[in-house]
Amino acid sequence: MSKPTPPLPRWADILLLPLINLLAALILCGLVIFAIGENPFAALKVMINGAFVYKGALGYTLFYTTSFIFTGLAVAIAFHAMLFNIGAEGQASLGGLGATLVAFSMASIPGIIALPLAIGGAALFGAAWGVVPGYLQAKRGSHIVITTIMFNFIAAALLVWLLAGLMLEPGQFSPQSSLLPEQTWLPKIHEMLAWFGIKTTATPLNASFLIALLASLFFWVLVWRSRLGFEIRTVGQNQEAAHYSGINVARVIIITMAISGAFAGLMAINQIQGVSHKLILGFTAGYGFTGIAVALMGRNHPVGIFLAALLFGALVQGGTELDFEFTVITREMVLLIQGMIILFSGALAYMFNPPLARLIARLTAKEETANG
Amino acid sequence: MTYALELNDVSKSFGLVHANKDIDLAVSAGSIHGIIGENGAGKSTLMNIIYGMHRADKGTISFGGKQVDVRSSADAIEHGIGMVHQHFMLVPTFTVLENVMLGSEGGLTLTEGRATALERLTHLSNTYNLQVDPHALVSDLNVGQRQRVEIIKALKGGAKVLILDEPTGVLTPQEADQLFEILKVLRDDGVSVLLITHKLTEIMDITDTVSIMRQGEMVGHRKTAETSPQELAELMVGREVLLEVDHTPASPAEVRFSAKNLGYTNSQGVVELEDINFEVRSGEILGVAGVSGNGQTQLMETLAGMLPLTTGSINVLGTEVTSKDATSPRKIRDLGVGHIPEDRHTHGLILNFEARENMILGFHDTDLAGSGKLFDYGDIQQNCEDKMVHYDVRPSNPRLSAKNFSGGNQQKIVIAREFSANPGVLLVGQPTRGVDVGAIEFIHKQLLELRDAGCAILLVSVELDEVMSLSDRIMVLCDGQNVGIIDADKADRSTLGLMMAGQRNEAAA
Repeated sequence: MSKPTPPLPRWADILLLPLINLLAALILCGLVIFAIGENPFAALKVMINGAFVYKGALGYTLFYTTSFIFTGLAVAIAFHAMLFNIGAEGQASLGGLGATLVAFSMASIPGIIALPLAIGGAALFGAAWGVVPGYLQAKRGSHIVITTIMFNFIAAALLVWLLAGLMLEPGQFSPQSSLLPEQTWLPKIHEMLAWFGIKTTATPLNASFLIALLASLFFWVLVWRSRLGFEIRTVGQNQEAAHYSGINVARVIIITMAISGAFAGLMAINQIQGVSHKLILGFTAGYGFTGIAVALMGRNHPVGIFLAALLFGALVQGGTELDFEFTVITREMVLLIQGMIILFSGALAYMFNPPLARLIARLTAKEETANG
Repeated sequence: MTYALELNDVSKSFGLVHANKDIDLAVSAGSIHGIIGENGAGKSTLMNIIYGMHRADKGTISFGGKQVDVRSSADAIEHGIGMVHQHFMLVPTFTVLENVMLGSEGGLTLTEGRATALERLTHLSNTYNLQVDPHALVSDLNVGQRQRVEIIKALKGGAKVLILDEPTGVLTPQEADQLFEILKVLRDDGVSVLLITHKLTEIMDITDTVSIMRQGEMVGHRKTAETSPQELAELMVGREVLLEVDHTPASPAEVRFSAKNLGYTNSQGVVELEDINFEVRSGEILGVAGVSGNGQTQLMETLAGMLPLTTGSINVLGTEVTSKDATSPRKIRDLGVGHIPEDRHTHGLILNFEARENMILGFHDTDLAGSGKLFDYGDIQQNCEDKMVHYDVRPSNPRLSAKNFSGGNQQKIVIAREFSANPGVLLVGQPTRGVDVGAIEFIHKQLLELRDAGCAILLVSVELDEVMSLSDRIMVLCDGQNVGIIDADKADRSTLGLMMAGQRNEAAA
């Protein structure tokens, strides 16, 4: 029988382990890049420069980060209730529809009202798309993984039907709506900085980044400081004990899925109200699924989710540069790197746990004998 | 003289914790030897060392006078050691025979292995009275029969030493008696039985010799005939212990809690409770006795609102809840009912939560969690610290996860939480299951104090002694029906035993 693994100290679990996982993924990617005849260190340098150093790079990186924060929070809140929400992608699509419909209905209403209502529309539609699987899980026992996956397909089909028909911009052939009323557009960060006389490069980074940070704060208060958050965590840990203690388990599941869907729906404002200013088919770009990896890597904590979202944002932005600067490194290569990181920090997240825990236990034991 | 099993100076530590320290132990062939100690005294670690699951840091182990090096459980089996674990290790979808032949399947096909296993199984069950159908599925067997399969598995390699880890924890009293009969036959056949338990009555009833452990050390070896439960308890705990509760007479007042024609039918249509009637008065304890599985769990859960009433009604402090009303644990709690659930791991605690969060489970909507809209962890911490001190929870660290407390201290957390809400009515299920002697004494005292403060208490326990020593009146359940309620001072084991088998008693009201 193998020895029991000593518990890993908290700091190591939160910081060291994810770093080791990241490093392992990068080493493996480096080997692949080496094998196809490129210098991995040069590639890494281009990625880092492309994500953080080049003019405007950081703005682009943070723009992607914003989307990942929203979908990461969406998956994480459901995780706290032990619900595996695979449907952030569909909930984000519906969020886009909600923002668009509300924005169009506010064509003659001033921005101070129309803008927040359009944001609310995104959250509300996303929430509604999360509530249905939540209800089916809570009241009918339909497994949330299955229903949320199916709801992704329904959402995709719904958007195709609308954007190729009713909502298609007149005279257009690609499936997208016409432009939203201008007062429902979110200001760009570089525009906001310009109000204070600070000149920066124009990037797609917009006010939804700030909303994402507020959402992260809200997440923390909700989960660890509110009575509802206690109920969510209790249901997630032990439904039987939750029932015993007087918590209405079905109600908590439905509410959690509503909040989860709302976070996912808000991802749409970054793309639609922030940048494209219209509903475009496929605007979610799979970020709803990446949210699962973000939540896993971020250990369902807003700070972790921010860091993981930043990493994935940097991968998207730096990956574009990589694709641009090296002829042999293609878009698919960038997907491989992302895939490796998801593999090591998601599926294999605890692979290095036992050896690391034993090493730390041995080091601390030595220290204690030396001190004592 | 050579012993079947001899340990000299065995020590084992995990990190900085000495789980076993300088242990000496000698077990003669053909004897039943008890090992007794509180939870966490190091009994299981010691058995795992003998069985090769852990390696001792130092010391020697000898079997039949020959010193051996046990590196794995395979080694131990080879040296003639068999072990029956507390939690059974059987494949439920396999038959008894298939479970027994696991690990000795034989060649390419199963024909030969099956034949030898069947022969061995039949031989063992005939010799030792271990009746069990070889072709029955394990999932269809009751707990007592499953344990027999485990014993057969342990003996099939010709074990000379049989270790049983808390074997009666899951058994009804009748099943336990049958087990003891089997153990005696084994002993008379020359097998040495090592019985690990924390129940004093079992030690006194069946063992020949006993060793007592406390905090990782052997604190004494006794011949059972020359010791007393009192002495054993003192050795285990390290101080004087009151084994019998000082049960003062109750002074019951008004009826606080009652059930009328209460019935519960489960989702498969099985009637689990039928026509239950009782009243509990302020300042008295109504005990519920019965062979486990006769409706006690369903009774507790319907009364607590966790299961719906199918028929009848309950009355809590003047409020009537009938089968037509939607009931829920929240509703019942809000009427002033506290509930110590039978299974603290499934219901009473969130094992991954800190103690302070467990201390507000069910009360997170009250001021205990902070008077504002959000949690106030200052209040939660303070509230938890106070209760831990008052109810003697050790260690008194509110930030420790519930799973890191011993069984007794986990139970004290549940008790602290439910008692300090000062409930008008209290439902208590298995208050001392898996709890060590010192903590049992404490919990019993607290229950009687709460009674004397005017609480109406309904107590369910599989330990008949516990029901008899704490209750003022005893209700006996059999097959989901109330056989009768008798005064505790008129109840003895034989009367209750007959009632538990379904016979109505003249004295019963």
